[in-house]
Amino acid sequence: MKHFDVIVIGGGHAGADAAHAAARMGVQTALVTLSRNDLGVMSCNPAIGGLGKGHLVREIDALDGVMGRVADKAGIQFRLLNRRKGPAVQGPRTQADRKIYRREMLAEIEAQENLEIVEGEAADFIMDGDGVVGTILADGTELRAQSVILTTGTFLRGVIHIGPEKRQGGRMGDKPSIKLAERIDQFDLPLGRLKTGTPPRLDGRTIKWELLDSQPGDDEPVLFSFLSKSVSAPQISCGITHTNEKTHKIIQDNLELSAMYGGHIEGVGPRYCPSIEDKIVRFADKTSHQIFLEPEGADDFTVYPNGISTSLPVDVQEDYVHSIYGLEDAMILQPGYAIEYDYVDPRALRRTLEVKTVPGLFLAGQINGTTGYEEAAAQGLVAGLNAALQAQGRDEAVFSRADSYIGVMIDDLVTRGVSEPYRMFTSRAEFRLALRADNADQRLTPLGLQLGCVGDVRRQAFTEKMGRIEAAKQRITSVSYTPKQIKAVGIAVNQDGNRRTGFDLLAFPDVDFDALLDLDPSLADIDTETRDQIARDALYHNYIERQKKDVEAMQRDEAQKIPADFDFTNLEGLSNELKGKLARSRPETLAQAGRIDGMTPAALTLLLAKLRKAEKKKAAQ
Amino acid sequence: MDTIFALATAQGKAGVAVIRISGPQAFDACRSLAGAVPEPRKTTLRSLTSADGVLLDEALIIGFAAGHSFTGEKVVELQLHGSTAIVRAVLAELGNMRGLRLADPGEFTRRALENERLDIAQIEGLADLIEAESEAQRKQAMRVFQGKLGDKAEGWRRDLIRAAALIEATIDFADEEVPEDVMPEVLDLLAKVEKSLIEEAEGAKIAERIREGFEIAIIGAPNAGKSTLLNMLAGREAAITSEYAGTTRDIIEVRMDLAGLPVTLLDTAGLRDTDDPVEGIGIDRAITRAKQADLRVFLISDDPLPMAPQADDIVLRGKADVVTGDGPGISGKTGEGLSELVDMISDRLSDRASGVKTAIRERHRIAIEQGLDRIEAAKSALNRGSEFSDIAAEDLRSVVRSLDSLVGRVDVEHLLDEIFASFCLGK
Repeated sequence: MKHFDVIVIGGGHAGADAAHAAARMGVQTALVTLSRNDLGVMSCNPAIGGLGKGHLVREIDALDGVMGRVADKAGIQFRLLNRRKGPAVQGPRTQADRKIYRREMLAEIEAQENLEIVEGEAADFIMDGDGVVGTILADGTELRAQSVILTTGTFLRGVIHIGPEKRQGGRMGDKPSIKLAERIDQFDLPLGRLKTGTPPRLDGRTIKWELLDSQPGDDEPVLFSFLSKSVSAPQISCGITHTNEKTHKIIQDNLELSAMYGGHIEGVGPRYCPSIEDKIVRFADKTSHQIFLEPEGADDFTVYPNGISTSLPVDVQEDYVHSIYGLEDAMILQPGYAIEYDYVDPRALRRTLEVKTVPGLFLAGQINGTTGYEEAAAQGLVAGLNAALQAQGRDEAVFSRADSYIGVMIDDLVTRGVSEPYRMFTSRAEFRLALRADNADQRLTPLGLQLGCVGDVRRQAFTEKMGRIEAAKQRITSVSYTPKQIKAVGIAVNQDGNRRTGFDLLAFPDVDFDALLDLDPSLADIDTETRDQIARDALYHNYIERQKKDVEAMQRDEAQKIPADFDFTNLEGLSNELKGKLARSRPETLAQAGRIDGMTPAALTLLLAKLRKAEKKKAAQ
Repeated sequence: MDTIFALATAQGKAGVAVIRISGPQAFDACRSLAGAVPEPRKTTLRSLTSADGVLLDEALIIGFAAGHSFTGEKVVELQLHGSTAIVRAVLAELGNMRGLRLADPGEFTRRALENERLDIAQIEGLADLIEAESEAQRKQAMRVFQGKLGDKAEGWRRDLIRAAALIEATIDFADEEVPEDVMPEVLDLLAKVEKSLIEEAEGAKIAERIREGFEIAIIGAPNAGKSTLLNMLAGREAAITSEYAGTTRDIIEVRMDLAGLPVTLLDTAGLRDTDDPVEGIGIDRAITRAKQADLRVFLISDDPLPMAPQADDIVLRGKADVVTGDGPGISGKTGEGLSELVDMISDRLSDRASGVKTAIRERHRIAIEQGLDRIEAAKSALNRGSEFSDIAAEDLRSVVRSLDSLVGRVDVEHLLDEIFASFCLGK
């Protein structure tokens, strides 16, 4: 029998960042995976980041997690999405070379102190009363720990559909872990069913690239990690083609053969990632849909045609692929398929991602009803940090909607649950203007330093960067100018007699840093990165100030904890419906209670009153 | 921390109405209304005046220092005369002060709890209070939403969700096939909501008219029969009438009840070119006042008039007893056309008064004005280009937050529903 502090089961994106985070905290960590070559496998499209998702990766990086730096090494086409929009909604994204990604992820995990990779199949948990204290592998090996983080994606009753064919399995090629699933059934957790799909993979050597438009990466690649300096893999372009009326007719004619439309699938699919069948049925008037042809690696001929995921039979997939311009002779290397799986209703989890009713068991990733590598890794990070903190007997690490997309996601999940695979969007973050990809380090690295999950290299780089920004900001805010002086350098300003600092002026929509140089040429020695950072802070300054009131109100409610044993059924004055909702979702804070559908300010006041009363009683005992 | 205020006594006419102000700026607010803050816990009679110097009411004021009040914060209570007009005026004045806002339901109690000013017995009693409050809220909401406001609010909600969803779609799905130029539709939607909100704010003013009376100006050339008509309508000799042109040099006001609506009739100087400086002043005044009135009755003759009737105005041939011609005529002497005129006025005014069926409350008016303010900001951000669409989206969010009490909460899920229903997204 071996002893660890934290065991992570599963080496996908949630598992890798969970295990790495726990180990960074200094606790003995085991990462259980079928094979060390499975670490960091990208089972869906070969890309990391995007809008909202890129923000998550930056936040993971700010806490010294692995996803960002591995993606930088594996990136073969970097694009900053929304480059022409405001910096708050710009999201870094890259196509990633699958092979390099796996290799670099393995290297990161192997290099991390306190982290041991255990190859094997987790067959069961070791229980101590209601709590989980370890895992038993299929070969009988027992691993014990204070807590276990389960990150096994779609393994709960996963079923793969290709047309009318179906088979059991979590993803192509994996075997389902029946016994572990049965054990989870015994926990009696609320489950739901979801589905997702993938497109057929094509042989890039059979695609007529010369006929197609191509999309290159940005000239100046924007990387994920605050520590990365440049790209390292060779850079490629993606191809673009479109479906046509012939394609649509083939799909229309064979709809009943699709697993989804043939009635073989009951799970709910994501609306933002519909299958090609869905697109054609729901938007019948569109005669063409865009397809991105994404190479899976710089020296890999496999191509991921993004936009045509499907659960049609293989021969129909071949027909419709061949109807597409440039793909007339394309060979399918692996057919597209849909997968259905059970997920655990995340309202059964605490904000640390520990199961409320099973102490010592944390869940992270797709098993919680989310989709996406980035969402998974961010949950892994939260679970890894908290499992480690628990092992160290320290207070939990809680992320807030006001400080991070991580906080937004965790709160959405545990307070409201999911109705389709949950994906991050920037619109989910009400404090979006403050939660930017560019300031993820300013928001979270101090927290990481305090927790102890940030290494020396980052500490130094961060301290140095902040020193530069603070010094420059000090210079820009300490000198103010009269309207006359400002007008003299060509900036339109009200001649109202009010003096304005350089920082005030940067908040004007049409004033950039260069304009400040006319007022104060000595600012020329401030470096570009610092200038950009200060300009971005200034741009949103007034809005962020205005939101502060909302942030404070929310933080006050977040600080008001609700004890785990609080009796919601006893709240006189509340409707039975509302009592029922509270009792079911068991919010941990007043803020969470406030986000439950149907809550009124008055009902919250009543809840607060009862909480205060309970606290007084407790204090008196 | 915001300073909050609200009417602490029941809505409607009463002997006394109490407005409570709580928070760090409570004393400042009191100072700007009453000129000074009385010694804590000493009742003092003071005149309340608005920022522009209008006397609002004579009120009893009591101040409570922080730590010695119901909420635990600085508190000022204003005991006003229990007239809805006074209460509205004072609430409006407070709403215009920086850092002050109308309290949310239960917010005073909540602050009391947070500052540990309630004892256990009071907390026990809270449940009843809350129930009462929510029942009162429900009734109020029902009252408002049974009327036209319900439909309007539903329309605003739909348009605002649509506008926000269009902007969010271009932000969150920039990489996909979203028609980039959604801005014309967004601007149209905002203009539509804005127009409707302005109308609604106007409705609030009409509510004021119903209390204080609609003004109707009678306009015409000298000796067109204006004063005779006024006298006939009023049933008494209010304006001097003589057969010499230019008799009415000042404006004569007569308040009356016309078909159940309070009306103030204005008899104005006859409009003509004149060399007489005194008469000239009277004519200028007549024109200004007539323009500000809610409705104008034009008595036309062969002489041209220096102002034109507006859309809803009534145009009649004066002195129909002696002058014949086309179109409806009226005579203050014989009473010819008089009942038709009363019908016309009452039709028009009832029509306007029906705009207030929406029962706009002070809370709504403040919400609407804040909403309008943010719509303006959103429009200007949108006009600066897609570079500022994130800021426009934030402004739209605050529009919705301001109008929360009217349109209900708009969740990101509602935006996503709209986005996915409108665009084929997803690669």
